[in-house]
Amino acid sequence: MMMTWYAIDTWIVVVGCLAAVACALPGNFLVLRKMSMMGDAISHAVLPGLAIAFIVTGARASLTMFIAAAIVGVLTAVFTQWISKFGKVDRGASMGIVFTTLFALGLILIVRAADHVDLDPSCVLYGAIELTPLDVVWRPELFGQTLDVPRAALILAGVTLLNLLFIVIFFKELRISSFDPELATTMGINAGLMHYLLMTLVAITTVAAFEAVGSIIVIAMLITPAAAAHLLTDRLASMIVISVVLAMLSAVLGHLSALIVPGWFGYAGTSTAGMMAVMSGVIFAVVLLFAPRYGILKLGPARHSD
Amino acid sequence: MFMSGLTKELPSQAHAELGGEALRVRDLTVAYHRKPVVWDIDLAIPRGKLVGIIGPNGAGKSTLIKACLDLIPKTSGEVSLFGEPYAKQLKRVGYVPQRESVDWDFPVSVLDVVAMGTYGQLGWFRRVNKRSKALALQALGRVGLEDYADRQISQLSGGQQQRTFLARALVQDADIYFMDEPFAGVDAATERAIVGLLKDLQARGKTCLVVHHDLATVSQYFDWTILLNMRVVASGPTGDVFHGENLHKTYGGKLSLLSEAANELMRNQ
Repeated sequence: MMMTWYAIDTWIVVVGCLAAVACALPGNFLVLRKMSMMGDAISHAVLPGLAIAFIVTGARASLTMFIAAAIVGVLTAVFTQWISKFGKVDRGASMGIVFTTLFALGLILIVRAADHVDLDPSCVLYGAIELTPLDVVWRPELFGQTLDVPRAALILAGVTLLNLLFIVIFFKELRISSFDPELATTMGINAGLMHYLLMTLVAITTVAAFEAVGSIIVIAMLITPAAAAHLLTDRLASMIVISVVLAMLSAVLGHLSALIVPGWFGYAGTSTAGMMAVMSGVIFAVVLLFAPRYGILKLGPARHSD
Repeated sequence: MFMSGLTKELPSQAHAELGGEALRVRDLTVAYHRKPVVWDIDLAIPRGKLVGIIGPNGAGKSTLIKACLDLIPKTSGEVSLFGEPYAKQLKRVGYVPQRESVDWDFPVSVLDVVAMGTYGQLGWFRRVNKRSKALALQALGRVGLEDYADRQISQLSGGQQQRTFLARALVQDADIYFMDEPFAGVDAATERAIVGLLKDLQARGKTCLVVHHDLATVSQYFDWTILLNMRVVASGPTGDVFHGENLHKTYGGKLSLLSEAANELMRNQ
C-alpha cells in the first residue's frame, strides 16, 4: 500500500481536528438538551448572513462575514423560539420552517452574487479542507523551522479555546440548566440566558468551521462524537472529554482513509471532510454495538438495579 | 409544641416575621394563548404551614406554582414571598419539579443532582466544592440514599428518584418550598419518608406548598389546604375548608373522586 504524506497533510489533519473538537464541545450540550437538530438548523441558516455581508461590503472580508453569519445563527434560535411559543407550533417544526427559509434565502442571495464572485454553494456544503493549508497567514520560527500556519487553523484554534473556556467557566451553570432548567431559573441561573449563550457559541463555531470543512461535517461533528460519548459514560465531564477524543479520531482516520481507501478501488483520493463524517459514523456504530453498558451487545458487567 | 416554645423567646421583630405571611398572591391570572389557566387567584399563606394544593387535572395547580416562581409569565397579578417580590427572595425559595420533567438518562450521579441544591447559594462562577458535596451526602443520608451517591440517576427506582429530588431541596435550605406532585407514583416507603421530611421541615419553621392528588391523605398530611379549579374554591386550615361542599365545587361531577372523598370524611368523623 502506497501513501505519501506531505506537510500539507499534517495541516489538513490539524485543521480537521480543530474543527471537529470545536464542534464536539458545544455539541455535548445540544445532545443532552435534545436539541441536536439546532446545530443542523444554525449551520444552514448562517448562509444568508454570509451572503448579505458579502453583498454589502463587496468583499470576502472574513470578520464582517463571520459576524453577520453568527448574528443570523443566533436569530435562528430566537425565531425558532418565537414561532413555537406564539404560534402553537412544536419546536421541531418551527426549527424546520426557520432554517429552510433562511437557507433558501441564502442560496438565492449567493446565486445572485455569484455572477461576480467566487462564493460557491457546493463549497458551503462540503468545504475545502484540502485548500486550507494554502492560505498561510502566520510563519513563526519553531526549533529553527518555519511553520506555515494556515488561517483556518488559527481561527479554529481560537474558537476551540473559546468553547473550552466557556464550558470550564460555566460548567456548573451548563449542567444544571441542561438537566433541570426550571430549577436553575428559580435559583437565579437563568436557563434562557444559558440557552442563548450556547446558541451563540454554536453559531460562531459553525461559521468558523464550515468555511474549512463544510456544513455537513459541522453537523456530523456537533452531534456524533457527543452521542457516542453519551453511550460510554455516566458522567458529564468524562462525556465531554471522550467526545473530544472521538472527534479527533474521526478527523485523523478521516484524512487517512481519504488518502488510502480510494486507492483500493483504483481512484486517486477523495474528500477528507466527507471521510471525516463517514468515520464519525463508523465510530458511532462501533460504540453503539460494543459500549460496555449501553451498547446493543451489552458486553460490560451487568449492573444490578434495585 | 416545639415551635410555640421557640416563638415566645424570640425578639419581637423575628416574632413578627415568624407569625407573618410566607406567600401572598394578588389577582393572579395566567393564560396560554389567551385561554386562562388560572383566574383571579388571591391567596395568603401563613408561615410554617404544610399546604396541600388539590384540584382536578387541568385545574392549574402546577401553573399556580410556576407562576409564583416566575417560571411562566403572569397575565396579571403579583406574588410576594415574606412581604417582598420573588426576585428578592430567590435564595429563600426551594423548588421540587415533577419527576418526569427531567431526563433521568442525563450523565450525572445521584450526588451530583443533590449537590445542584447548593448552586443557588454558590452563585455564578464559583465551583462545586467539598462543602457542597458534604451537604449533599448528609441530605442523601436523611432520605436513606447514602449508599446510592455514586450511582447514575437512571439506576434508581421512581421512589428513589423522588427522594433524590427531596434531598436536593433539603440542601437548598430554603424557607419556603414549592413541590410539584412529590407523591406521584412513589412506593409506600418513599411516601412515609417524604411525609417525615415535610413534618421535619415544618418543625424547623419552613413553609411547604405541595401539589397533591390523593384526597384520602389530605387531612392527615396537611394543616392548610388550597382547593383549586382555575379559581381558588377555598383556602384555609384543612379542618375548615376540606369538606364535601368545597370538594363538590372543586371536582364538580367527577363522582369517583367525590365518593372517595366522602369515604374519607366519614372515616374522619
